[in-house]
Amino acid sequence: MDLGYLSVLLFNGLVNGAFYALLSLGLAIIFGVMRVVNFAHGAFYMLGAFAAYLLLQQAGIPFWPALLIAPLAVGLGGAVCERLLLRRLYTLDPLYSFLLTFGLTIFIQDAMRLRFGIQGQPYPLPGELASSVSLGLVSYPAYRLFVIAFSLAVCVAVWYVIERTRLGMVVRAATERTELTRALGIDVDRWITGVFAFGIALAALAGVLAAPMRNVSPLMGSELIILTFAVVVIGGLGSIAGAVAAGFLAGLLASVGAIFDPAIENVIVFALMAVILLVRPAGLFGSQEAA
Amino acid sequence: MLEVRGLSAWYGQAQALRDVGFDVREGELITLVGRNGAGKSTTLRCLMGLHRHMEGRVTLDGRDLAALPPHKRARAGLGYVPDDRGIYASLTVEENLLLPPQIGPTRWPLDRVYRAFPVLRERRAHSGAKLSGGEQQALSIARALRMGARVLLLDEPTEGLAPVLVRQLREMLLDAKREGLTMLLVEQNLRFATAVADRHYLLAQGTIVETLDATEIVARESELLRHLGV
Ligand SMILES: Nc1ncnc2c1ncn2[C@@H]1O[C@H](COP(=O)(O)OP(=O)(O)O)[C@@H](O)[C@H]1O
Ligand SMILES: [Mg+2]
Repeated sequence: MDLGYLSVLLFNGLVNGAFYALLSLGLAIIFGVMRVVNFAHGAFYMLGAFAAYLLLQQAGIPFWPALLIAPLAVGLGGAVCERLLLRRLYTLDPLYSFLLTFGLTIFIQDAMRLRFGIQGQPYPLPGELASSVSLGLVSYPAYRLFVIAFSLAVCVAVWYVIERTRLGMVVRAATERTELTRALGIDVDRWITGVFAFGIALAALAGVLAAPMRNVSPLMGSELIILTFAVVVIGGLGSIAGAVAAGFLAGLLASVGAIFDPAIENVIVFALMAVILLVRPAGLFGSQEAA
Repeated sequence: MLEVRGLSAWYGQAQALRDVGFDVREGELITLVGRNGAGKSTTLRCLMGLHRHMEGRVTLDGRDLAALPPHKRARAGLGYVPDDRGIYASLTVEENLLLPPQIGPTRWPLDRVYRAFPVLRERRAHSGAKLSGGEQQALSIARALRMGARVLLLDEPTEGLAPVLVRQLREMLLDAKREGLTMLLVEQNLRFATAVADRHYLLAQGTIVETLDATEIVARESELLRHLGV
């Protein structure tokens, strides 16, 4: 097998990993602080892509500003969902919030399908990144390299905020021991809307990044979300670093697996999850005591 | 200062507390003594607002706490030292100290915490999980002192500590008391309770069966030890 082909596969793996990482990072933050398994994460990812598409179609706003505006707008929508819907369920079994986000997913998907049809809409590559970059052995699309670098930068920034700032300290404390954190004088509920909105904004950001690579369609999030759940489990529920590492790892392995058969990409992610659950039930970065 | 009246609590159908009442006056150190399962931890959790399935009245300086969520109770001056010490593994020792807001005029600057607990300064950059049992207990208490809590609620602080550490803890509580801090101590360790407290409430099967002052408890020690099943 030639090296050029292999390196293309590796870069493809990193691109897929970038999406897994952004999505599972949001899921992990939301689950950590709120104990909510947000099934609607894929739907918000799709809304992010549609927001970029509509900004361009309706207002002529191109990719770069959309990369900021769409996550903000969708994140705001997430905040509204948290305030109006999720907030009512915190005292109940976590199953209820899961079912709510499940229902929300179906609602959002069908609403978008009704309005835009099932067919995918194309979204143009931003002009600055439409070319290819030579990487020695092969040339690779500049936009895809940008996706890898940008999502890595976002992950590192989020990690920094969580590990090195007071905000992050509160998020870590609330993730580890929510009730105790309240008893130590911290109004955890005040932070929750923001945490949910932030996780949703990350999903929407991934959606905007996906728009020029994949067609913008109402169902684009539904397959990805299942894989992302597997990635979160691999990384360790609620583990921030685990979500990012597992995201890139799963992307790489799936892409290498595609050498043998492109159809087994997804199988590999789930096989990896099964192996990890057998060997380290709490996931790669999960605290083993909690399992 | 802290008044508890007619406190009852349930876990599902099972009643854990029945008509519990007691007072902690300013500057006092009182204990709730009782054997395992008597309802001591549940009482503290009710005071902090962490256990919601309850009835009764809890007031701090005459202010009814019923409507206050846990974080407002902490800000009203209740410092909670839970039975498992409540140290965050995902935070460093220093972050554990810096997490709670500083309230009240009696709050301790970080500097003072480190002077009182030099071992915490040594370990300031370590994860909270890396501390020994005694260090975790010190950190948990130091955290409440740094907040400037006016009433410390301590849930079995001696549990699992070596005798030498229990002695240190006793000195620490007596020092805090001399400075005027009010404390509600929950204990199974009667010897420890006797050495530090002004008054004792004996808790059995969710009710207060006796109130004893410091001299009575010494006179009746062997009887009480039998009662505690030691
Ligand atoms: N989470 C819980 N669920 C059900 N019952 C509980 C729970 N916690 C405590 N209990 C019960 O409530 C009673 C009082 O417990 P607790 O307050 O922990 O006692 P103590 O701190 O004095 O050992 C016990 O009978 C215990 O079994
Ligand atoms: Mg207890």
